[in-house]
Amino acid sequence: MNEMTPPKTERAAALKGLGSARKRVEDARFTQGKGNYVDDLKMPGMLFGDFVRSPYAHARIKSINADKAKAIPGVVAVLTADDLRPLNLHWMPTLAGDKQMVLADGKVLFQGQEVAFVVAEDRYVAADAVELVEVDYEELPVVVDPFKAQASDAPVLREDLEGNMEGAHGPRRHHNHIFTWEQGDKDATEAVVGSADVVAEEMVYYHRTHPCPLETCGCVASMDKVNGKLTVWGTFQAPHAVRTVASLISGIAEHNIRIISPDIGGGFGNKVGVYPGYICSIVASIVTGVPVKWVEDRMENLMATAFARDYWMQGKIAATKDGRITGLWCHVTADHGAFDACADPTKFPAGFFNICTGSYDIPTAYLAVDGVYTNKAPGGVAYRCSFRVTEAAYFIERMIEILALKLDMDPAELRAKNFIRKEQFPYQSALGWEYDSGDYQTAWDKALKAVDYEGLRREQAERVDAFKRGETRKLIGIGLTHFTEIVGAGPVKNCDILGLGMFDSCEIRIHPTGSAIARLGTISQGQGHATTFAQILASEIGIPADDITVEEGDTDTAPYGLGTYGSRSTPVAGAATAMAGRKIRAKAQMIAAYLLEVHDDDVEWDVDRFVVKGAPQRFKTMKEIAFASYNQAIPGVEPGLEAVSYYDPPNMTYPFGAYVCVMEVDVDTGEADIRKFYALDDCGTRINPMIIEGQVHGGLTEALAIAMGQEIAYDELGNVKTGTLMDFFVPTSWETPYYTTDHTVTPSPHHPIGAKGVGESPNVGGVPAFSNAVHDAFRTFGLTHTHMPHDHWRIWKIAHDLGLHG
Amino acid sequence: MSKMQINITVNGKKQELLAEPRELLIHVLRERLGVTGPHVGCDTSHCGACTVDMDGKSVKACTVFAAQANGADITTIEGLGGPDGLHVLQQMFKEHHGLQCGFCTPGMITRAYRLLQEIPNPSEEEVRFGMAGNLCRCTGYQNIVKAILAAAAELNAAKEAAQ
Amino acid sequence: MIPGSFEYHRPDSVASALEILAEYGDEARAIAGGHSLIPMMKLRMADVGHLVDLQAIADLKGITVQGDTIIIGAMTTQQELISSAELASAAPILREASLQIADPQVRYVGTIGGNVANGDPGNDLPGLMQCLDAQYTLAGRDGTREVAARDFYEAAYFTAREDDEILVSIKFRATTGGYAYEKQKRKIGDYATAAAAVLIAKDGATCSFASIAMTNLSDTPVWCEAAADALVGSSLDQAAIDAAVAAMLETIDPQEDNRGPVEFKNHVAGVILRRAIERAASRA
Repeated sequence: MNEMTPPKTERAAALKGLGSARKRVEDARFTQGKGNYVDDLKMPGMLFGDFVRSPYAHARIKSINADKAKAIPGVVAVLTADDLRPLNLHWMPTLAGDKQMVLADGKVLFQGQEVAFVVAEDRYVAADAVELVEVDYEELPVVVDPFKAQASDAPVLREDLEGNMEGAHGPRRHHNHIFTWEQGDKDATEAVVGSADVVAEEMVYYHRTHPCPLETCGCVASMDKVNGKLTVWGTFQAPHAVRTVASLISGIAEHNIRIISPDIGGGFGNKVGVYPGYICSIVASIVTGVPVKWVEDRMENLMATAFARDYWMQGKIAATKDGRITGLWCHVTADHGAFDACADPTKFPAGFFNICTGSYDIPTAYLAVDGVYTNKAPGGVAYRCSFRVTEAAYFIERMIEILALKLDMDPAELRAKNFIRKEQFPYQSALGWEYDSGDYQTAWDKALKAVDYEGLRREQAERVDAFKRGETRKLIGIGLTHFTEIVGAGPVKNCDILGLGMFDSCEIRIHPTGSAIARLGTISQGQGHATTFAQILASEIGIPADDITVEEGDTDTAPYGLGTYGSRSTPVAGAATAMAGRKIRAKAQMIAAYLLEVHDDDVEWDVDRFVVKGAPQRFKTMKEIAFASYNQAIPGVEPGLEAVSYYDPPNMTYPFGAYVCVMEVDVDTGEADIRKFYALDDCGTRINPMIIEGQVHGGLTEALAIAMGQEIAYDELGNVKTGTLMDFFVPTSWETPYYTTDHTVTPSPHHPIGAKGVGESPNVGGVPAFSNAVHDAFRTFGLTHTHMPHDHWRIWKIAHDLGLHG
Repeated sequence: MSKMQINITVNGKKQELLAEPRELLIHVLRERLGVTGPHVGCDTSHCGACTVDMDGKSVKACTVFAAQANGADITTIEGLGGPDGLHVLQQMFKEHHGLQCGFCTPGMITRAYRLLQEIPNPSEEEVRFGMAGNLCRCTGYQNIVKAILAAAAELNAAKEAAQ
Repeated sequence: MIPGSFEYHRPDSVASALEILAEYGDEARAIAGGHSLIPMMKLRMADVGHLVDLQAIADLKGITVQGDTIIIGAMTTQQELISSAELASAAPILREASLQIADPQVRYVGTIGGNVANGDPGNDLPGLMQCLDAQYTLAGRDGTREVAARDFYEAAYFTAREDDEILVSIKFRATTGGYAYEKQKRKIGDYATAAAAVLIAKDGATCSFASIAMTNLSDTPVWCEAAADALVGSSLDQAAIDAAVAAMLETIDPQEDNRGPVEFKNHVAGVILRRAIERAASRA
């Protein structure tokens, strides 16, 4: 090595590549108030759209009279289903193979449903006009319970489907039934369960909640009639998919549609779907010829766009007397609301719920899911989750605890006894997945040691004694979880949305002076892609991350991709980035060899340069190679240094983690105080530890909210009871505990850099950890299971029902 | 409905405009004056994304009428620091990863600015209590708290050095 | 969420505010901090034709402590209550309670007058004022009158204040002895699931004075005279506290809402009152 060349480690550090806690490049604009979110957009002549929404959960619309509304100065139009019908846009396809009313067509099916769209000069006039649209409703019987919805005399909710007993996912057996989805071996599982030493059985309900990003959904649609181009800026987690869907349903050629996701104020699954507001804005812009903005308010967001969960999971888990699990049986009643608008891959109407065997080697399993219509908002999105994985993790982690109770065994020991062992990977699960890699026991041992599990159990027992002596009214709960996620959807052979394979993409251009731009089909909503994807690339191509611009979210410039949700960006787009980088490097190698006048095979990669083997003083840096690619005529090589990669992952990735929550529960008030939370995550190769930690803190806090109080609750008439942030629980800094984070690293064997994704792990693992802690506090008093959310009164009720109030 | 003359000072600049009395301060700032740092998150004064500093108090601009704000002196995130010089809080939020999607950030920093005026050397508990009017869905607050404590330390060190 | 239109008035004297209120009658509403009224207007659950902003009336501001009498102007903010050293020494329960109202931003603009006058049973200060036996001074065009906080609340959002009157100030005596404001809520920013304001004075080991009021457990705040009576003369022993809690439970009438069912609220009310009594007694 010549004297001028700094050592390898120094050069590698300067790149700020993989493993660097690089500060985020996004933060400069956000900290200065210069983010560019959709409601920040302002255009000449722009109009504002606002919805008239149904106050009823189920009603026939007898008439709509917009005369008074139209008479207000500044009101441009009031659209109803009748106006959209000639364009065939009064209904739209959902991502789940169903269809959904854009504007109420004859009836409404949930409270808050879109009935008419007012277009006015500004949002104040629009709101005034909304008040004046007169809708005559005839109330119909309401069904909010998915079990009652399946009674033979239940009201018909979807009259449009009457008589149609073949749905998008197979036969329907009732007028409010959507699909049945089965996995595993039913007969074998029932035989195992029927003859097992021990069977624990429980109905585990994961309540209805909502992703509730701080920024609500919205868009600006702008039809340029001169050029025939439609541009839509919006809160889209999957801009390319929106473009294709918009083209298919509007008939506008896809090249004439440009979808742009500007900065997005959090998504968490809320911004994957296509909403009536987008369609109405597009139509309104086509009709008026000027840009039309629609931004929902918080109440509309909670009532109408994309709820999550609402899964009734009936489970049976079978084991030998000494705690070896032999079988798992599960039946889910899935409440999808009025339209099936889940955003799952097409072949998975219950998402990846069949990961519900979790971290355990369960030889036999069976799962059936029935989707049901009710008079509630549509959705069923993956709220910080990879398609029903949070439901699955919650289910298995509750069932394990319930089994441990039945076996009178320590739940930590029961888990350890049944882990899939390191040497079993790749592991074929009974419900159809091939787990890529894992080392559960190591993570588990590390977690239990870190929290002094034995000591905690002793302290808990002492507290119970003190409680029984009347010295305290607070119990200690220790919530354990070992979760396994399935993320990175996914292989095109089994994952598509509306026929679009779930690959992702990256296109890289190296500039002559050795800096670069990378464009991806994903879109960050806070994950920091502009920071981390540059790091992946820096390590691959030896250009400092600081010299790489990452651009996402504009369908006119980015290569096609399926977007950001389900922790898929790192596993899929991150892989595409690495692969595109490798193409760059392969070409760079040829250029370097040419410049160094040696054979291609005689140079080798060295952090940021190619070096002649055995002659380290002879090298070409990437900076030199980049310039050469633009000014040297290299025989047989095209000028320039660019590459694009469309990455179709061979498998999903399977991040995992071990969480421990220590909670003090006040038996009298139902208040719960999180005393300690330890989170060990294994997401494979760690790209940016600072960002990983931030993701874990945030995901845990969303888990805290869900487990401890956050719900979309309905009364019997289908009225939403939790429509504002007064009642919809989002914890503040005061209720949120301090988290201790930790990690192990088990790389994914099939991912180019071994990364697995982390964004959703803390939510998937956090919810059972918090919930198990509540249950565990009352374990010695006979509690088996109770439903979330564990808000004060429900915890109080546990104590009350157990006779702890004297 | 008739409009009224509103005179406000925003980030040191006097502004005169005609607005309906019912217009919310947040809309006056964002739509009339192009000050889009503060955001609307919840509409009901729970989330604090719209926080601005008004006459030396942290207020939620979604719950103040333009008419009420007439005559007020308002500072938003844009007024705390910019490309020519960041406020220490802006630097520390970046340094300690105190933000992710960025939507709550302007309100957070503007609120933290006032908190540190009142409690220059806060404990972690005081920061958590003093920031409880601002919701964040991404960070779990841990790094926000860390950033504010770090900013307080920096500001105090600078003050001491100056004395 | 966009409010309807209104005409705006910003009078600089109580007299002028009263004239505007009289002129527009039902259509007019006085606004203080506005953090109860504005959300209602944005939800279009309150329709206001004329909004009378009291912020410019200097007479409505300020905290005065004269001997053992405290007078607080209606437009004094909760943040000002919290940061007043004089008040912290004359009636520290005010600071303790005010810190538990809503969140910091709301306390900067939320006023004592708005909090006690709008009749929202969820507000914290009405119960506290009953506990303190505060007097409200109401100004009308015919002069002022005083109404005891204990007589002021009739039902949710219905009070003894006439539509054309303005609450100008609140008067109460400095406290001696122990105090506690105990509140259970789901999170910062929430109204109380149950809250208790308690004042206790002791003569030796004997309770010589007690006052108790409960919040958000009925459609008005509930001053519990019988509960206080159960404590006075006792040594604040368990039996006396049990009797006070039992008496309190006789007088509250909680309703089920998202915070929980009636049975839970009754239970929590008892626990909260017990804690408040114990804390107040420990400070007496």
